[in-house]
Amino acid sequence: MTLTIEHFYILVGLLLLAVAVMNLVDRSNPRRITTALFWGAYALLYLAGERIAPAWIGALMIFMALLAGFGGVRAGKPSTLPDDTRRASAARLGNRLFIPALLLPLVTVIGATLLKDVQLGGAPLLDPAHVTLVSMGCGAIAALLAACWLTRATPLQGVREARRLVDAMSWAVVLPHILAVLGLLFSEAGVGKAVAHLTVEYIGLDSRFIAVAVFCLGMALFTIVMGNGFAAFPVMAGGVGIPVLVGVYGANPAVMAAIGMFSAYCGTLMTPMAANFNIVPAALLELPDKNAVIRAQIPSALPILVANIFLLYFLMNL
Amino acid sequence: MQSAVNLWPLLGVAVIVVGFVLRANPVLVAVAACGVTGVAAAMPVMTLLESLGNAFVKTRNLPLILLLPLAAIGLLERFGLRERAQAAISKVRSATAGRLLIVYLFARESTAAMGLTSLGGHPTMVRPLVAPMAEAAAEAQHGTLPARVRHRIRAMSAATDNIGLFFGEDVFVAFGAIVLMHTILQAEGIEVNPLHIALWGIPTAITAFVIHAWNLRRLDAEIRRDVAADAGKGAP
Repeated sequence: MTLTIEHFYILVGLLLLAVAVMNLVDRSNPRRITTALFWGAYALLYLAGERIAPAWIGALMIFMALLAGFGGVRAGKPSTLPDDTRRASAARLGNRLFIPALLLPLVTVIGATLLKDVQLGGAPLLDPAHVTLVSMGCGAIAALLAACWLTRATPLQGVREARRLVDAMSWAVVLPHILAVLGLLFSEAGVGKAVAHLTVEYIGLDSRFIAVAVFCLGMALFTIVMGNGFAAFPVMAGGVGIPVLVGVYGANPAVMAAIGMFSAYCGTLMTPMAANFNIVPAALLELPDKNAVIRAQIPSALPILVANIFLLYFLMNL
Repeated sequence: MQSAVNLWPLLGVAVIVVGFVLRANPVLVAVAACGVTGVAAAMPVMTLLESLGNAFVKTRNLPLILLLPLAAIGLLERFGLRERAQAAISKVRSATAGRLLIVYLFARESTAAMGLTSLGGHPTMVRPLVAPMAEAAAEAQHGTLPARVRHRIRAMSAATDNIGLFFGEDVFVAFGAIVLMHTILQAEGIEVNPLHIALWGIPTAITAFVIHAWNLRRLDAEIRRDVAADAGKGAP
């Protein structure tokens, strides 16, 4: 039997359903019904997404966005242990607390590297298309069991804690997902082609340095718009990198590609569109300013981008 | 306009920009941009809903990396994981927030370069361990921190994880981005050894480390200044 990503979709669906139910019965949540509807709708996507007609799923997504957009997704009052109890528990358990926390990445890495090609009864053990995610799911389960064993808490308490964290992040949990949908729609509607057209049509590429700068800045700008370097790369490499840098100025394609992709990553560091890297951590770390992580990254991203232009200019003809 | 390329879908981009500038709810902005892009590309409403639905189902794997670890991490937090991490770091006398984050940057970038990208991450490492440790290191030096400084240290912790990951992973040959670049160049009739793409990433990887480590060093000075300013303001 193969452990596939579908199994973890069901697991996440059940977790989200639990979040919905716990919110529904929690009178300390000022918007418990809309909050429960939001997480219940998201649970439905994971539990039955492929069995529902796509148009309905599209409507479901818009419904969720409206709930989130008009303040319908709120949190209950979290029940945490008092500070001194928690401190006493930290002192009692000591460094053993780190074991489950480190088990998670450890199991993930073992799964993704050592168990990747293991076969069981003719079928691969882990879903070959999603080895890392499936390994991470196993790591999460192993860490939860180890944490329960260590603290003598029940897995149900783990679900309650997960609800506390999901509540704290609120709609930021689904933002990366919805932006990914927008990214796919952008490519379907030809936004990439339009941007590449504007870049190539209206900017003079007759100087070597300007061509390099347009390529690197274009990568970053395009990534800022799309939120994803992988979407920017084909457009800018196809529009400027290959025809102009390689074709006209004889650049080494490996250098063009490597530094081009890194320029795109500079854009990723500066855009709220890359929500899973920039907005979700701000919510996860309970920062009042949702753009705080981007603000922290700009002073590094801009100098790296400028350095990339010079690196590409000087290295591409070596 | 006599262009064969349809420029109207760019309106969707404009919606995003305006929405973020006006600080509207980002989920609402994203869905509004979906609607505008669809209309601008002349998609019928049903087709648009179907595309949205198909895409929403197809990208379900994205939130897993955030949602799966929450139960374990939340449970450990309940029983004092963050307090323990803070106690451990405050014993190291030479530790400062900036130095600690430089060590984490190095660890994150070098392990990502070896393909071990899942060793870090915001839910698994930054929230339970790295950010509390960086805060505790600054606290051991300066006493209680003003909320603004605390938030700034947390944001830098998240930024350090991102920068270490991004500029490390591309140096690893089997990483998806390298495969993508190789495929695209091949489609254009250019044959490149993927190993060369990975190797030519190294100059930028080193530059990124130096630049961000420099900013992390400045973070320590910034904390010192902000704590002093806050103490001056709060004096009776």
